[in-house]
Amino acid sequence: MSSTMKTADVVTNTQGPEVSTLSLTMFRFASWLKSPRPYLMMIGFAIVLGFWYLAVEVWKLPRFEDMPGLTEVFSEWFSKDPYYGLSIFTPEYYLHIGISLRRIAYAFLLATCLGVPLGLFLGWSKNFREFIFPLFEVLRPIPILAWVPLAIIMFAGSESPVIFLTFLASFFATTLNTMLGVESIDESYSRAASCLGASRWQVFRHVVIPGAMPYIFTGLQISIGVAWFSLVAGEMVSGQYGLGYLINTAYMMIEYPKIIIGMITLGIIGFATSAMVRMLGDYLMQWRVRELALGD
Amino acid sequence: MSAVMDEKPVQQVTKGAIKIDDVVKIYDPDGAAVMAVDHCSIDIPAGEICMIVGPSGCGKTTLLNAIAGFHGITSGSIHLDGELLCGPGKPQAVPGSDRIVVFQNGALFPWKTNLENIAFGPMMAGKMSKAEIYDKARGMMADAGLSGTENNYPGEVSSGLRRRVEIVRALMNDPKVLLFDEPYRALDSLTKSVMHEALLEIYYRNKVTIFFITHDLEEAIFLGHRLIIMSSRPCKPKKIVEVDIPHPRDYSALTSTRFREIMQEAKGVVNEEAQKAFDAGEKEG
Repeated sequence: MSSTMKTADVVTNTQGPEVSTLSLTMFRFASWLKSPRPYLMMIGFAIVLGFWYLAVEVWKLPRFEDMPGLTEVFSEWFSKDPYYGLSIFTPEYYLHIGISLRRIAYAFLLATCLGVPLGLFLGWSKNFREFIFPLFEVLRPIPILAWVPLAIIMFAGSESPVIFLTFLASFFATTLNTMLGVESIDESYSRAASCLGASRWQVFRHVVIPGAMPYIFTGLQISIGVAWFSLVAGEMVSGQYGLGYLINTAYMMIEYPKIIIGMITLGIIGFATSAMVRMLGDYLMQWRVRELALGD
Repeated sequence: MSAVMDEKPVQQVTKGAIKIDDVVKIYDPDGAAVMAVDHCSIDIPAGEICMIVGPSGCGKTTLLNAIAGFHGITSGSIHLDGELLCGPGKPQAVPGSDRIVVFQNGALFPWKTNLENIAFGPMMAGKMSKAEIYDKARGMMADAGLSGTENNYPGEVSSGLRRRVEIVRALMNDPKVLLFDEPYRALDSLTKSVMHEALLEIYYRNKVTIFFITHDLEEAIFLGHRLIIMSSRPCKPKKIVEVDIPHPRDYSALTSTRFREIMQEAKGVVNEEAQKAFDAGEKEG
């Protein structure tokens, strides 16, 4: 009992969710720095970059000899006067990033706004699921690339086919995970709610939506990942500008360092968008953050 | 039985009498009918702590779910204070805040704070203002020794504390009946004994009828006015044991001679049914 009270006291000392989130983040960051993890991470990067450097520029291994080397890529990337015309100092670089980001934003938001409600209803209403889900399950496994011709035929211009393809991949991931989230909710919660007098709609509002939230955010993480995947595929076959377009044209123009710059940029921005989704999830699911924090 | 009941403070309670009359529940999952409850009749006077004891998987929970309205019954009837919950023409009771279940694994909403959980029922009903509801909730938490944990999420406090929050959440709605589905099954024995005393304390303050499922005989005798020992599946009352140890009780009751005598009386029947259930290879649950 006394240990219980102690735990309770410690937790209630923090004032409100906002403050506790910030201090928790700071605390986590500090303990992360003290742990071996950041250094292991740096070693990991060093090994891969070192291998790249040695394989291409020093050992000139077969299959690696035509690849752009580490020093070539990085000196181009950070050059004020890049040889191939693309570096962090050229506006063109940011134009590609900006256009890709805008497409991702449209597609991801649309997929979330349609996918989450659809998933919730699929999980909640049996009849609705019988009606929609088989159709969904047949459409879902079709690879995004197979949609490319249809997308180009259906949508005019060069922008909307790319957004459509990106949307499609995100939409399936979000919808499916949201539905699984609703199904994962322990029946006791909705039973408890109805015992306590909640109507069917109140159960949906107070049990189904928050209960599915962890799965929804897992779905959104996957969704943002596949969004980048299909964005690049889309940009390679249609549209102008964007990081996929950059990589594809660099390949055709034999400007190999630009390919690698595009790839690394995709990696960094993909990671950043994914982290943003996770942070939003943590913000909306304080209960989960605090639960997990105690588990550490 | 009535002679025994009359000595207890129970008679002040006027609401929450449950009459289970000849209830049969047949499951028909794969075309093969399975009888879970077999012509079961139990009369529970208002304000009684009635312990339903039986081997795992005997169908006790089926009975509880029928009272709560989570599923229907095949025949028979269940009345609460003379009002039909389910029976002829009404196969399934409507869940309502007059009968609240405390679940086996706990069902506090992990996404709501303890205070929000406790306020949930009245908030859904919408008959009181939010401020009134939260005032009442804080008061009830204080009475139950839960002050200081209002803004914690259930996942942040101990399992024993969570169970208490869940009981207070139920009591917020002034229920007639509390239905316990082996709520302390997952707790260690030390926490369990604390919880038993806490439950009795809550009971002495807010008299309600308690329908309590357990397979723990010690728990059953310590808490209950009466033990209904159920047969293994299909479930029907096999023996009724009156616990004439006076309330209020505390843990000294456990070591009393009378406690041991009752234990002796009940143990034989329970073991026999447990053996039958074991031989039939019934699933736990």
